[in-house]
Amino acid sequence: MSPNITELSVGQDIGSRTIEVTRQDLVKYAGASGDFNPIHWNEAFATSVGLPGVIAHGMFTMGSAVQLVSDWAGDPAAVVDYQTRFSKPVPVADTTGTPDAGTQIEVSGTVGALDTEAGTARIDLTAIAGGVKVLMKAQAVVRLS
Amino acid sequence: MSINPDLQGRSYPAAEVYDVGREKIREFAQAVKATNPAHFDVDAAKALGHADLVAPPTFAIIVAQRADAQLIQDPESGIDFSRVVHADQRFTHHRPIVAGDRLVAELHVDGVRPMGGGAMITTRAEILALADDGSRAKVATTTSSLLVRGEGQ
Repeated sequence: MSPNITELSVGQDIGSRTIEVTRQDLVKYAGASGDFNPIHWNEAFATSVGLPGVIAHGMFTMGSAVQLVSDWAGDPAAVVDYQTRFSKPVPVADTTGTPDAGTQIEVSGTVGALDTEAGTARIDLTAIAGGVKVLMKAQAVVRLS
Repeated sequence: MSINPDLQGRSYPAAEVYDVGREKIREFAQAVKATNPAHFDVDAAKALGHADLVAPPTFAIIVAQRADAQLIQDPESGIDFSRVVHADQRFTHHRPIVAGDRLVAELHVDGVRPMGGGAMITTRAEILALADDGSRAKVATTTSSLLVRGEGQ
């Protein structure tokens, strides 16, 4: 069931989740999206261009963070507008062969604004990895019935 | 090589058609750790009123980045892909993308701003669906800012 806009209030939490990320996840995202920039899978290349190591695609972080909103809304197509700024890189450690994640992204969302006339809610997302905010002004506008 | 300031205002017309397939939607949905059944199960998508599997909210990046590639690979642009950092991104959906859509993208270079030895380039892709009669309907508008780092940045 999708949330009823009349029952929402600005500032309300919509929930949170932890996204575990491995190097394999980045390879999967590269293949699915067609973005094969080697900074997302080749350690030597990433460090040669001044990065701390392999980093996640910004679009991986953006795309996985919005799942909290899709699930809350009930229909992924309810997300009619979604934007973010990529404020910090998300380094992903090589944990190949272990059960550990290479990093974790903590995602949480709150109702940032309501437009009852348009029938939309703006959800403001926070995404934190390694103790720093990796997305800024991450906002998803959701159309609610 | 530096960024060509004359890029601002340039447009690249819709080129190749991108056919949205069910398996690509499933693959992309898994890759962003989406679990909503509307990405995987046609009946679940139809129950929500969609014609077929629904793409995740950021799926249009596939089409947008193919359009951006025209600019990045344009020898006149002066852009070194290995120095490109994705600075921000926006998706505005005019209607959901579903399996079976045939999409094209028109790319517009809306801004070129020098930054240090590099530049911030803002591109906009207007993503359209082709109908059987050849008409085009607006599906999504994506906006990307790409920071091209200068030497030493």
